[in-house]
Amino acid sequence: MNKILLIIQREYVSRVRNRAFILTTLLTPLFFALLIGGATFFSLQGRTKHKIAVIDANGFFKGNLKSNSELVFEFPNDVDTGNFIQKGYTDILLIPKYEENQKTQYIIRSQKSLGLSLSSSLERKINSAIEDKKLQDNGISRAQLDSIHAQAQMGELKTQQQGEHGVKESSEGLASAIGYGCGILIYITMLIYGMMVLRGVMEEKTNRIAEVVISSVKPFQLMMGKIIGIGAVGITQFLLWIILIFTLTTAAQSFISHDTLEQVKTLQQNGGMMPGGGAMQASESAQKLYDFQHTMSTANWPLIIGCFIFYFIGGYLFYAALFAAVGSVVEDVQGSQSLTLPVTMPIILSFFIMTSAIQAPDSQLAVWSSIIPFSSPIVMLARIAFGVPGTVPYWQLGASMVSLVLGFMFTTWLAGKIYRTGILLYGKKISWKEMMKWAFRRN
Amino acid sequence: MPNILELQNLKKYYATQKAVDDISFSIEQGSIFGLLGPNGAGKTTLLRMITGIFYPDSGSIRFDGKAFDPLNDIGKIGYMPEERGLYKKMKIGEQALYLARLKGLSRADAMEKIKYWFKKLEMESWWGKKMEDLSKGMSQKLQFVTTVLHEPKLIILDEPFSGLDPLNANLIKDEIYGLAQRGSTIIFSTHRMEQVEEICDHIVLVNMGKKILDGSVHNVKQQFKENTFSLKLHELPASVQGPSFDVMDQKANALVVKIKDGYKSNDILKHFIQQDITIEGFSEILPSLNEIFIRQVQGTHATSRAFQKVQ
Repeated sequence: MNKILLIIQREYVSRVRNRAFILTTLLTPLFFALLIGGATFFSLQGRTKHKIAVIDANGFFKGNLKSNSELVFEFPNDVDTGNFIQKGYTDILLIPKYEENQKTQYIIRSQKSLGLSLSSSLERKINSAIEDKKLQDNGISRAQLDSIHAQAQMGELKTQQQGEHGVKESSEGLASAIGYGCGILIYITMLIYGMMVLRGVMEEKTNRIAEVVISSVKPFQLMMGKIIGIGAVGITQFLLWIILIFTLTTAAQSFISHDTLEQVKTLQQNGGMMPGGGAMQASESAQKLYDFQHTMSTANWPLIIGCFIFYFIGGYLFYAALFAAVGSVVEDVQGSQSLTLPVTMPIILSFFIMTSAIQAPDSQLAVWSSIIPFSSPIVMLARIAFGVPGTVPYWQLGASMVSLVLGFMFTTWLAGKIYRTGILLYGKKISWKEMMKWAFRRN
Repeated sequence: MPNILELQNLKKYYATQKAVDDISFSIEQGSIFGLLGPNGAGKTTLLRMITGIFYPDSGSIRFDGKAFDPLNDIGKIGYMPEERGLYKKMKIGEQALYLARLKGLSRADAMEKIKYWFKKLEMESWWGKKMEDLSKGMSQKLQFVTTVLHEPKLIILDEPFSGLDPLNANLIKDEIYGLAQRGSTIIFSTHRMEQVEEICDHIVLVNMGKKILDGSVHNVKQQFKENTFSLKLHELPASVQGPSFDVMDQKANALVVKIKDGYKSNDILKHFIQQDITIEGFSEILPSLNEIFIRQVQGTHATSRAFQKVQ
């Protein structure tokens, strides 16, 4: 037992001391922050204003088609499809004569494509203009309509979950985000650390150090020491990331003005409303910050983090053993590729299952793949974010955890038998079929 | 001296080869033992069984008077495999410390012994260097140190001198003698027969998984001698022929003669002394281990050992 600790220590220390580890640990959160910031920046930048000339054969669209920040409607008389660009318009919208009960086609001709979201928003605008016209025909004035629209926008859908101990607020958006984030994180780390195990084992084999070490310890100890040591590196990296993100957000909060924070505090005390019946208005930023914090608080963080760690460790152990087995039979990276594929395929596949599980966390596919250990680390985490025991009943969580533990015990046993033979065998190309033969022979 | 190691009918078959096929021998404590054999004879498999890496299919190993128990006895064995291996990116000192502790030494003990050996072999300045910085000979020396550091009762060296210059080879050779004098037993596996002749007390020759020779270097040579003598005479007689011997070779005054059956070496001497011819030199020609090796292995197709189905 003492020897396996020595091996773990060596694997751990030699990696944590490595410059590459320190750099990736520090730079990854920064990289993600930049990525998110960059994506937001470019999506804002990318929004171009469309100045649309409307040729209306009916005449009633002029009052009913509402412009907004991205779509500006104008109704000039001297513009046609031939000269709208010269006149300074980016698009031209042709509205034919409206016929009762008939599907009508509207044509928008553009210099630059509108894109999916703008064109569907344009379609909504046209249809609501027609709706407004119909209502007006039935005696509702424009002023009344505007008032109705304003009133109708006051509704806000709040999702809640019926649990055993009462009602709990939930947020589908946040749940998907967490599920997706955790899924990706576990997917990436399982691959990265799995490959690290493979490379480590291969290095020991090609350096011929394996034979020296195996004359001191059992092959199984050497394999387990490596797997556990690298796993500990992974956990260290996660903990450092959590600490880093926590410090970064705390530091970011110090830039928020004192007044805003005070207002957020008041909002928290009063359940999201300013006291005094709206006499005192919270600033926009305070309201947003409160909303953000409030949304974040709907997730069961201790459960999610706890499960994340469990599934990371479980999933890592499950796959790392297989990676170690592959590493023990190959002598160069090229030779490893065809053998690695059967190991990486289920990981990649479960990533795709995870994206569909987020859309429908209750589907048969999502439920079963979150119990089978091949895919459970990735898929179950995506589902857990939607609530335990709401979306994921306790029995499913339990079954998933137990099968994962049994699963990695099995893969470790299997890999141990392959490793024992493979690590000392040189100059031979080994297939999975042969590896299975080693694994299941009696002695 | 009691035996440190006794092998009884050891067998290890692979799918296509009888790597070790019923081999038995024993090694006396404190001796330097040579395990010889051509490539693919089964030496490495044999050594791996002795170091507990492989389990024999059948047969028994007794180590230090008891049945070999790999888990506990492994700490009393030092094994330097033919293909050397050390971690490339690890510092030399840490590497030695790690391997010593894997053998069961405490940190303090290991440090003390590493310092002793590093000083002895003038390796002190290497401590903070990485494997990548060492030459082949240097890493060989380091590998030797990590093998003997824990003062094992049994030291197994597979081709320990390959890659060493004569100076360093002598240094290591002296250490091997020293270790044997202090009671360690050394198994020495090599193809270099002149080294075996020089160092080893006892040899075993294996070929195609079987033991074909076993004995002390002296006895083996006696066993294979062809009763030839080299003879140097002051002047040549009219006829160099005699009843007791055949002349095999003649270069001026130097003869190589073979004794006929039923005669002794003294009969040759008498023959020339009676003719009053001065004998300047007379010595028996013993075959070198190299010749014995080649003679024994040749003709067995060992050089192209074929794969066969093992029943």
